[in-house]
Amino acid sequence: MPGVALLVFREVMEAALIVSIVCAATRGVARRGWFVSGGIGLGVVGAVLVALGARLIADLASGSGQELFNACVLLSAVMMIGWHVVWMSSHGKELAKHMNDVGGAVKAGSSSLTLLLAVVAIAVLREGSEIVLFLYGMAVGGIGVAGLAGGIALGVGGGALLGFALYFGLLRIPMKYFFKVTNWLLVLLAAGLASTAARFLVQGNLLPAWGNQVWDASWLLTNGSLMGKTLAVLIGYDARPAGIQIVFYAATLLLLVTGMRWLDRRSTRLSPQLLPATLNATSEPLH
Amino acid sequence: MKRLLIVLAPLWLLAIAGTASASDLPEYSLVVKNHVYQPGELKVPAGTKFKIIVHNEDATPEEFESTDFNREKIVFPNSSITVYVGPLHAGSYVFFGDFHRDTANGRLIAE
Repeated sequence: MPGVALLVFREVMEAALIVSIVCAATRGVARRGWFVSGGIGLGVVGAVLVALGARLIADLASGSGQELFNACVLLSAVMMIGWHVVWMSSHGKELAKHMNDVGGAVKAGSSSLTLLLAVVAIAVLREGSEIVLFLYGMAVGGIGVAGLAGGIALGVGGGALLGFALYFGLLRIPMKYFFKVTNWLLVLLAAGLASTAARFLVQGNLLPAWGNQVWDASWLLTNGSLMGKTLAVLIGYDARPAGIQIVFYAATLLLLVTGMRWLDRRSTRLSPQLLPATLNATSEPLH
Repeated sequence: MKRLLIVLAPLWLLAIAGTASASDLPEYSLVVKNHVYQPGELKVPAGTKFKIIVHNEDATPEEFESTDFNREKIVFPNSSITVYVGPLHAGSYVFFGDFHRDTANGRLIAE
């Protein structure tokens, strides 16, 4: 049972951290709970489907199918997060200006909520499919229902607890900076996911490494430690990155920040014309 | 979006052309049996890219993983995977089977 609990915990934790950031970024949005639960539900269904089809996926791309699949899934999450943060910067600001800060961001956030639902689903799907394969192996190995159920309960509980801790920690950030912080968290999350995608492509020989182990910070923090794993999810920490990972990371960061700045400036210029419509759109009571 | 693809596609082709042709790389084999890696210690060259072939002889899936050299890949029962590794600096790198951490442990010695 401890083995089951530990593996389930590690995987659930990774997904839970991403879900927490998304939850924080959509704070106050109407029907957010449904969207997030829906994302988790879809992710679980997807995880089972991916686990069932995993053998087929593995044989694709002359044996590099797992790497290709992971990279595609990760990069699509990067694009969705990217779209959301860039969109937020163009619409969030002028809305927020004429309302209290929560209200504006609430309205702005709901429009790309579907994208973030997909991000939640993807996070759950990726980690979940590994759990399904692992549990299948354990069941074949004859672990017994009690050990399996106990391990799952402990692992899911522990992982979820960590996610909640992050979420409630984030809620303590003053409202004035709150959505700025969550937006930046999303940007770093996207950059980290892009870096992981690059790592998979190198592993499958689908991209050159452009220098392996460009630096070595494992004396400070190893990838395998709990802190290392947490930071890997949150900001894309890697103790020994390949050059191409750094390129993917920096390119994502650059693209999103430039996109945000550019649309931000444009929307500031346009905001006087948008004002009346904006006020109408946000006149409902807030949650 | 379209313009992005037009820029990215040739870059990708160029990059692929830059990856070492897979057949030229030195190959090393690992076998998983009863959730144990054989051999438990693998000597590999430092400073060269190489590939590791992991064959799983068990009836359950395993995940070949290393946080030291950053690789993770599922190995299905009675099948093999190929993982491209390196070039590594000289040193010792731990790998494990993520699904059986108590028994499936090994390391690469790059020299």
